[in-house]
Amino acid sequence: METENNASNIIEISELNKWYGDFHALKNINMNVKEGEIIVVCGPSGSGKSTLIRCVNFLEKFQEGNIVVAGIELTDDAQKIRKIRSEVAMVFQHFNLFPHLSIVDNLTLAPIWVHNETKEEAREKALKFLERVDIREQAEKYPNQLSGGQQQRVAIARSLCTSPKIMLFDEPTSALDPEMISEVLDVMVELAKEGITMICVTHEMGFARKMANRIIFMDEGQIVEENDPINFFKNPESDRLQLFLSQILTHDE
Amino acid sequence: MAVNELQSTRKPPISQIGAILWLRTNLFSSWTNGLLTLASLYLLYIAIPPLLDWMFLSANFNFGTVNILGFDIKFSEVMANNDNCGREAACWPFIYEKFYMFTYGFYPREEVWRPDVFYGLTALLIVIVRLVRNYKYKNRVILTMIVAYPIVSYVLIAGGFGLLPVVQTHLWGGLLLTLIIASVGIVVSFPIGVVLALGRQSDLRVIKLFSTIFIEFIRAVPLITILFMASFVLPLFLESGTNFDKLLRALIAIALFQAAYFAEVVRGGLQAIPKGQYEAADAIGLSYFKKNALIILPQALKISIPNIVGSSISLFKDTTLVLIIGLLDMLAMVNMTSQDIHWLGRETEGYVTVTIVFWVILYSMSRYSRKLEIRFNTENEN
Amino acid sequence: MKQQNILSQVKNLTFREILYNNEVRAFFFQVATFLLIFGLFYTIIGNLFDNIEARGIHTGFSFLKNRAGFDILPFLGNYLQDYTPESSNLTVFYVGLINTLIVAFVGIIVTTFLGLFIGIARLSNNYLIAKLAGGYIELFRNIPVLLQIFFWYNIFINIFPHPKKSLSFFDVVFLNQRGLYLPKPILENGFLLVIIAFVVGIILTVFMKRYFNKKHDETGVHTRTLGYSTLLILGLPAVFFLLLGSPLHFDFAVLGKFNLKGGMQVVPEFIALTFALSVYTATYIAEAIRSGIEAVDKGQKEAAAAIGLTQTQSLKLIVLPQALRVAIPPTINQYLNLTKNSSLATAIGYPELMSAFGGTVLNQVGQAVEILGMAMLVYLVISLCISFLLNVVNKRMAIPER
Repeated sequence: METENNASNIIEISELNKWYGDFHALKNINMNVKEGEIIVVCGPSGSGKSTLIRCVNFLEKFQEGNIVVAGIELTDDAQKIRKIRSEVAMVFQHFNLFPHLSIVDNLTLAPIWVHNETKEEAREKALKFLERVDIREQAEKYPNQLSGGQQQRVAIARSLCTSPKIMLFDEPTSALDPEMISEVLDVMVELAKEGITMICVTHEMGFARKMANRIIFMDEGQIVEENDPINFFKNPESDRLQLFLSQILTHDE
Repeated sequence: MAVNELQSTRKPPISQIGAILWLRTNLFSSWTNGLLTLASLYLLYIAIPPLLDWMFLSANFNFGTVNILGFDIKFSEVMANNDNCGREAACWPFIYEKFYMFTYGFYPREEVWRPDVFYGLTALLIVIVRLVRNYKYKNRVILTMIVAYPIVSYVLIAGGFGLLPVVQTHLWGGLLLTLIIASVGIVVSFPIGVVLALGRQSDLRVIKLFSTIFIEFIRAVPLITILFMASFVLPLFLESGTNFDKLLRALIAIALFQAAYFAEVVRGGLQAIPKGQYEAADAIGLSYFKKNALIILPQALKISIPNIVGSSISLFKDTTLVLIIGLLDMLAMVNMTSQDIHWLGRETEGYVTVTIVFWVILYSMSRYSRKLEIRFNTENEN
Repeated sequence: MKQQNILSQVKNLTFREILYNNEVRAFFFQVATFLLIFGLFYTIIGNLFDNIEARGIHTGFSFLKNRAGFDILPFLGNYLQDYTPESSNLTVFYVGLINTLIVAFVGIIVTTFLGLFIGIARLSNNYLIAKLAGGYIELFRNIPVLLQIFFWYNIFINIFPHPKKSLSFFDVVFLNQRGLYLPKPILENGFLLVIIAFVVGIILTVFMKRYFNKKHDETGVHTRTLGYSTLLILGLPAVFFLLLGSPLHFDFAVLGKFNLKGGMQVVPEFIALTFALSVYTATYIAEAIRSGIEAVDKGQKEAAAAIGLTQTQSLKLIVLPQALRVAIPPTINQYLNLTKNSSLATAIGYPELMSAFGGTVLNQVGQAVEILGMAMLVYLVISLCISFLLNVVNKRMAIPER
């Protein structure tokens, strides 16, 4: 699948290098994401995939290189960071819902306190998104009263409330029991179809095959190979990708 | 489609590592942090040097000639007395002179080998508990020692039974008395606490009621009221004419007091055990006592061990309260020795010494407790 | 009901079966325990009364009316009860009670601030501050509190200067061996109105906050209320104060030839006791606060940051609500401990409940059961109040689970 050359880059990462102390975690990452693209990042654990996407919304700081998100350069400037974080939403592996707030309050928090919406507007929007992820009836409950799959869907709804341009998914289904994975993936598929830019770190190769425009394989802190889904799985070029695919695909199928 | 060639692993940029980075991130990461660092350094500067000066640099160490392990070591011509010892810094000869009282109280000097053996036994107990960690029968060994220790110690220190000359309790004092109260307190109160905890968990309403009332009452009032009660009222509960040893009254008070606190700790352990254990034990037909002895208590106690040690540390601290009812523990010795007309006004040296002794003992106990906690957490994870 | 079931079951069983029936056993076991405990009490109390009669100790509470006949170290309790040696023993009880409560009150405030400070410092990313705070906790937690009380009392007595050379802070506050001398407030008629103004200020602030919250809900506009709150709570009474011609005078301590005259004397026993108790209890509160803050999952702070909240917003809306839920119950427990530990004042002669009433009066009158009973009752009531408070707090703060 060829990407349009006219569509602009919404994320530009060049020569990104990050160290944890002495450990070189990300090595010379170069990556551009066009608006509306669905990117899946995969690789063995410790390959730096989570670290990479967490750099995009500055949850992780980097020492060398350059990241530009939606035209704003990512530096250690509080205002710029806030601006970027209102365009970029993140869905975490462990959901990170706020347990002391009700579901609907979890969703209205950012609109009210960051975007200065009125309580009515925020609530209406929240209920709409809860409806979209098919969990409207749990609105007044509290996070610990919901199952893992329900909590993750709420987390996705919470991210949507800030009308983000980009959504980052950090292994969204890895902490879920098997029977709940599909309910979350279904929501992600719906979102993908609506044209939002998505970067997903995941092991769910079925989702990658079906929805991704591009799959990026990382190992030991660097991008080893990237390709469209068909060729990624059918014609892996590098040895490491071949090894990785043989390991995960025999497990799946 | 793209395949990248292998990227090299590099060291981070130079300014990011090493001592400079460490100073920057840990001490001077912002203006406020920098100021705080400087303020703290200043605080240390005005607090530590005067303290060290008082304790060591300007202190008086004129002990005269001291015989250590058979060698005569000459610290000074003659031992200092209160007049030439100086007031601006510590007068350690005072502690040296009163050392016996701090350690043994009024215990007769010719029998001092007995407390020394007691101290030796205590040290041995500690060493064995630390060493015997992986020994198969360690639980039995420790249990026997814990039961034998108070009995042997009592015979040693008190005498009687036709074995050793009697030394009355009002002669016991100092560190000796503190250790005795602490060890008897812990050893006696623990079984009572376990029984109370079981009682509080019991289905039998009367037992549960009495246990709960006892525990909650004791925990609501300060130890000093219990000590006073024991001191003044306990003798009245017995037949007139019975002589109630002062130390015994205090021990009873402390044992009952600590039993209530141990009961809550054990109860925590009992509640942490999944209901399934109780059900399984019932299912295989164990009686109440067998069930608790073989299945429930071993697990509950194991979980609670760090908290049990923590509670024992509190008990150790509480032994100092006996000075208020007239027993001469280590803290009381400070007050007593500084009333000596030959050595008036030396309380500060006394307090500092006793503080150091207590701190070393309690800190070691809390370090041990933390080690246990870590060990139990990792065991549970495996 | 249980009785009936047992009886109806038992009717149809043989003797052997009755013996082994669990319900029957439970019943008899409880009856036996009951009888045992009551029997024990009966013997003990019987002995008690016999001994009391034999030794000529009085019983009953009539001693409370008797003349106390001794001096009490002058402090708030004396002041509020106008204590003299002619006062009754009951007055001594009240004096002691007031003195205990004031130690608890001041101690709780000081230890909360101190504990908060140390607890937060412990988590600082400044290496030196974190280590110092840790050192503070390790040091003061491992020294018995009675020893700390003696220690500070000893230091204060030795360091505080002779009255002739009192340390003076702007001639308003003085410090010497006899204590801390603060200006004694003398309230005049109008002051009551100032206090009412203060209360009105608080009420108005509450309403104002509600108004602004509603406005925020409806329009999304957030107004900073701190300035207005301060104005209302402090400004309103201040205005009344000035209007009424400053109805508050102070009796300042004046340095005379040998001693200070006037002022309000805070005895060194109180200072040493409260200081030692606060320093000691602060170590536990610091640990409670630290565990509260650490209990908040790292992911919570990340999620808060990811949705765009500022550091302050994140702290106020996400971190603190969760941290306080964990930190508050043990802290309230420590307040109770501090109050109980105040009874150690006996050792340095500060006249709180145990030392004045449970000490001197007990020695004079000898009726230990009544006197200690009264003292224990006080602590019991305080303890029950705190438990009740804890329960209420826990229920209100509980995070709903499955």
